[in-house]
Amino acid sequence: MTQFAIDNSWLIPFMPALAFIMIVFFLRKAPQASALFSIACIFTSFVLALGVVGGILANPTTTEHSVTWFSMPGVSLEMGTLIDPISGMMVFVVTLIALLVQIYSIGYMENDPGYSTYFAYQSLFAMSMLGLVVSNNFLQMFVFWELVGLCSYLLIGFWFYKHSAREAAKKAFITNRVGDFGFLLGILFLQILFGTLNFTDLADIIPTYTNIGLLTVVALLVFAGPIGKSGQFPLHVWLPDAMEGPTPVSALIHAATMVVAGVYLIARAFFLFVAVPNALMVIAYVGGFTAFFAATIAITQNDIKRILAYSTLSQLGYMVMALGVGGLTASMFHLMTHAFFKALLFLGAGSVIHALHNKQDIWEMGGLAPKMPVTTKTFVIAALALAGIFPLAGFWSKDEILLAALSNGYTGLYLIGTFVAFLTAFYMFRLVFVAFYGEPNPENHPHESPKVMTVPLIVLACLSVVGGLVGMPWLKTNFGSYIYFGEAHHGYSLSIMLTSTLVALAGIYLAYLMYYKKTISAEAIAHRFQPIYKLLYNKYYIDEIYQWFINRVVDGAGRVAYWVDLYVVDGVVNGLANGTKWGGYLVRYLQTGQTQHYGMVLIAAVVVIVILLGLIDPSMGIFAGGGAK
Amino acid sequence: MIITLNHYLLLAAMLFCIGLYAALAKKNAISILMGIELMLNACIINLVAFNRFMAPDMVVGHVFGIFVIALAAAEVAVGLALVLTVYRDLLSVNIDDFNWLKW
Repeated sequence: MTQFAIDNSWLIPFMPALAFIMIVFFLRKAPQASALFSIACIFTSFVLALGVVGGILANPTTTEHSVTWFSMPGVSLEMGTLIDPISGMMVFVVTLIALLVQIYSIGYMENDPGYSTYFAYQSLFAMSMLGLVVSNNFLQMFVFWELVGLCSYLLIGFWFYKHSAREAAKKAFITNRVGDFGFLLGILFLQILFGTLNFTDLADIIPTYTNIGLLTVVALLVFAGPIGKSGQFPLHVWLPDAMEGPTPVSALIHAATMVVAGVYLIARAFFLFVAVPNALMVIAYVGGFTAFFAATIAITQNDIKRILAYSTLSQLGYMVMALGVGGLTASMFHLMTHAFFKALLFLGAGSVIHALHNKQDIWEMGGLAPKMPVTTKTFVIAALALAGIFPLAGFWSKDEILLAALSNGYTGLYLIGTFVAFLTAFYMFRLVFVAFYGEPNPENHPHESPKVMTVPLIVLACLSVVGGLVGMPWLKTNFGSYIYFGEAHHGYSLSIMLTSTLVALAGIYLAYLMYYKKTISAEAIAHRFQPIYKLLYNKYYIDEIYQWFINRVVDGAGRVAYWVDLYVVDGVVNGLANGTKWGGYLVRYLQTGQTQHYGMVLIAAVVVIVILLGLIDPSMGIFAGGGAK
Repeated sequence: MIITLNHYLLLAAMLFCIGLYAALAKKNAISILMGIELMLNACIINLVAFNRFMAPDMVVGHVFGIFVIALAAAEVAVGLALVLTVYRDLLSVNIDDFNWLKW
């Protein structure tokens, strides 16, 4: 069974693709059948993914299957699957989250007019992400990478009749394009420099390549892809706006698909980044900065989904930073645990929003805990896991990252990471205390969500609790024994664990004082630090800066180009056309329409030519009558 | 007086020039057709004369001459048909009126 799954790993992306095709062509009119078929397909994929994971746990090797896609002289492109511990972990996480999200969606999307379409998109999304994960070369990965972008566009703009949803979908798509452009350039460079895009081949060739300067450029171009897709600064702006989609979609985008694609790409192409330490350093600092930057924004936001979105940005920053400091294991581990609890947080938020009929402002919630016990409990578990409280999932992976940063000499990033852990705990529990334990809002009549929505929450809550244990550093064989780059290493530092736990507890305690006990007035602090508060509340005005940039620079350049086009390019073209036209007006009088005139000209020309020939070359004897003898 | 090739060529040249003049200068379409016939006949004289003086034991020139006569007959049939058709519309065979294709 496990061998079958590994050898036929193409089936994993194929199943959701089948669901997509079936729904689009045959099941559009049958919403329930669409949902069931879609879930059945993703469940099959999940079973296969379990088989893959089982096989890898028993025997952690790399299995590659590949067929030639097409070949031209000098270029041979292939399609194939690459199953190794990293992709095995990823297919498990993606299929699991996609499965749970789809089950949850049965309840959440109930009565939506686009029910079938929604499941078709969900399947397409799962297919794209799974295809990306099992890709064995850059080009195939890029194709699925773009498909993921397309699906995010479709799903963010799912409620396209809302203006904000349309705008958010466009923003996500266009922002991603910026990063994808760099990624594509990087791929072209790789093809030109090394003549292959296969990961395994490149991993062999690149360490022997000596032009480090060029390779740095290539690595940074490839990194542009993850900057866009994984929402790293400065292309993070699309991710918070992506909240316009249905909440389960946010869970899928933020936890399992889409955003982690960028992190996965860096891990997959880690051989490329390791070869150029400078690129790695850039990655580390971009990640660290994003982690800090997004966490500071999250503490001032009021929309439940936006808080979670900035939290995602911050955690992605962690993952990218971990990769940058060389901690592939830590990053992948955090990716996995984060998928569990972030999916849980979003689905929990969805449950709340569902119960409150689309209210998203945390200050309008309050007092949900007694009315929605399951949602509250699971949400608190997820928040604790995200804050990094022992022994929940986030604790282990966050410590791995901090350890990787410190042991590789990035003390500054370690300190930032620890501070971000404090901020994370603070903003999560600000959310929890305000939304679930605050003053009940008399307008609301919350009720617990149906079973089909709470069961996925419970499953994810269990995973958030135990998911981190696979990476316990005391285990002889743990997560790091399978997923590593270079040498597997086990290590832990009690001081780091202790510090990060204390910091997280401090964050929770501060949130408790400010938003539950209210012994420290949040308003007073906000008032005291008015400029900083406003800066954070407005997300550092990044959107405004971009808007200004687009209005002034891009539109300005557009206007200049328009002027040039109108008066220079068109001027040249129209000038030529007008010149020809007027020339025609002038010379058309030569055309009398009288055949006799033409004949006259013809004969005259012949006579002239004959005379000229005679003058040039008298030996032809035209005038000497030499022809007749 | 011995009649040589040059006499024939001179005759043909004169005939050709007359035909050319008619074709270029006459306003009557019929006259133009006649001028064209004259030019063709001048050519035929040349062909036959060359054959007679340059290669007397071959009949290539004669064959060509007959060929051209046949062609001229076909051509003049088409030409006259055209002139007649135009005449039905214009009620004129004046070549100056034949300017429908002008700009």
